[in-house]
Amino acid sequence: MKKSDAINASFQPDSFVFADTKAVEEIIARYPEGRDHSAIMPLLDLAQVQIGKEGPFGDFPTGGGWITRAAMDKVAEICKVAPIKVYEVATFYSMYNLEPVGKYLVQICTTTPCWLCNSDAVVKACQDHLGIGIGETTEDGYFTLMEVECLGACTNAPMIQMNDLFYEDLTYDSMIEVLKSLQKDEIPPHGPQNGRRAAMALTGPTSLQEQAKKAGAL
Amino acid sequence: MLQDKDRMFTNLYGFEPFNLDAAKKRGDWRDTKEIMAKGRDWIIEEMKTSGLRGRGGAGFPTGLKWSFMPKEVTDRPHYLVINADESEPGTCKDREIMRHDPHKLVEGALLASFAMQSHHAFIYIRGEFVHEGTELVRAIEEAREAGLIGKNACGSGWDFDITLHRGAGAYICGEETALLESLEGKKGQPRNKPPFPAMAGLYSCPTTINNVETIAAVPEILKRGGEWFSKLGKDEKNSGTKLFCISGHVNSPCVVEEEMGIRMKDLIETHAGGVRGGWDNLKAVIPGGSSCPLLPAEICDTVLMDFDSLREVNSGLGTAGLIVMDKSTDIIYAIARLSKFYMHESCGQCTPCREGTGWMWRVMTRLVKGDATLDEIDMLLDITKEVEGHTICALGDAAAWPIQGLMRHFRDEVEERILAYRKIAKAA
Repeated sequence: MKKSDAINASFQPDSFVFADTKAVEEIIARYPEGRDHSAIMPLLDLAQVQIGKEGPFGDFPTGGGWITRAAMDKVAEICKVAPIKVYEVATFYSMYNLEPVGKYLVQICTTTPCWLCNSDAVVKACQDHLGIGIGETTEDGYFTLMEVECLGACTNAPMIQMNDLFYEDLTYDSMIEVLKSLQKDEIPPHGPQNGRRAAMALTGPTSLQEQAKKAGAL
Repeated sequence: MLQDKDRMFTNLYGFEPFNLDAAKKRGDWRDTKEIMAKGRDWIIEEMKTSGLRGRGGAGFPTGLKWSFMPKEVTDRPHYLVINADESEPGTCKDREIMRHDPHKLVEGALLASFAMQSHHAFIYIRGEFVHEGTELVRAIEEAREAGLIGKNACGSGWDFDITLHRGAGAYICGEETALLESLEGKKGQPRNKPPFPAMAGLYSCPTTINNVETIAAVPEILKRGGEWFSKLGKDEKNSGTKLFCISGHVNSPCVVEEEMGIRMKDLIETHAGGVRGGWDNLKAVIPGGSSCPLLPAEICDTVLMDFDSLREVNSGLGTAGLIVMDKSTDIIYAIARLSKFYMHESCGQCTPCREGTGWMWRVMTRLVKGDATLDEIDMLLDITKEVEGHTICALGDAAAWPIQGLMRHFRDEVEERILAYRKIAKAA
């Protein structure tokens, strides 16, 4: 499996400190008193984003990042639980990255609804253009490729999630266009890549005629 | 066919902004205080009259579910938890509500919470829905700033707030007790029932868990009356409107609100541009999200899209996510891929599911090639029976049903592939 030197450098430091202590307090305050353990997941997420920003690619707008052991220990300390309770959570859920990922984490949905709409072509476009396989990272550390299960945008299949953003209604060619933009650090507009509006039929709305007329969609 | 005047989700495609001003013009937050003044018993009765059944898949009557909550609040507070962990393959309806019509959900959360004497609601949204979560949080903040929720919500005298909790990528958290575990900061592993959440749910307090679409339908039902809703749809047990997600081999996939009990063929032809290559090119449809057994074309010709009609043909309405497959589909792979999904998503708590989903996927993978013996089909069906009904939650059942559906309707094709493979192997 290809690993990138660029993103392994800062892996597993000895300590972790939350940079945004206000955000930590705000998260704890969301839950009833004495239920600090409910904050484990949002704090892990906050840590993941922070570590991403402290990484070699610096601050970028769309999320990403990973979680270190020291960060898990810090979350356990804040939530007043044994560290093992946090390790259990961090290893159970697929969105916590336990090792560094590329600046752009490309997750391709290949579950049946996307597969029916040719997600194979999307996988192939990524492999052809980036020269890496599923689970691998490009040498410059820019892209990590993953295959994931249903992301809940089935009427806009096939689709991918890149960091926080969904790119939908993809083809082999439009997938390559998205990748080319990202290589130049330009984030293309997320959502459908074939010009359609959200989950409305591409050929035009079949309901809500009045609303469509008012919005100029008819 | 549903008329535009009877549609609830009038901003389904985001023609207008989701914000409070636009939502109010669409009728959201109108008469909320007056509805609350009618009292919680009136609200629950009206929900029962409407016949609304849970939109998350199981189809349990909503009013009845609400009435299971204790009548008196003791030292344990009541909670409403809204399931926005939409992850069933083929399903993408709650996403449209959250990003285009979030105020319906926020208003519904207030009304439902009031009816069940809850001061605090949690919305558990799947972690991947970052964009949708941001818009929902914005809608919650808008409502708070306008005094619609918070202390003395809408001037009703009822204090109420909402917390959005993001998941982190686990299908199993859509199961209600796994969701509660996750909300408590643990691994999402389902709990044994009883105790049922209405007795001991979140933080061991009385809790009701409802789907996004269910809660978002509440304000409109209470404003127009339960009777209005009950008269839409097929009959009193399959009433109202429903969001349908049509994906796969159709000319124009979409999410659309239609009447419960619409003919499947009409739904696909009117709203999704028909099956690719024409209706005669249809092979099968999975009618309600991945766990519902598929239906072959001959059943699809006439079947109605509602809870009871689909149950009669050994399938289910589920989440009403239709996955359409035309004749070019390798139907064995389509189901094998679902087996892989369930293997990936099994939480690992119960042995039959943890081991069985892997078994099923491995056998299915061989069946895709035909690399098996004919008696392995029955062996595979045996395994599905060993898993089904032998686990804490329904994920085991959900993994078993697609395979049972495949063998019920396309066993010939599976056998043909095995024979073809053996012929080639013999020749080699």
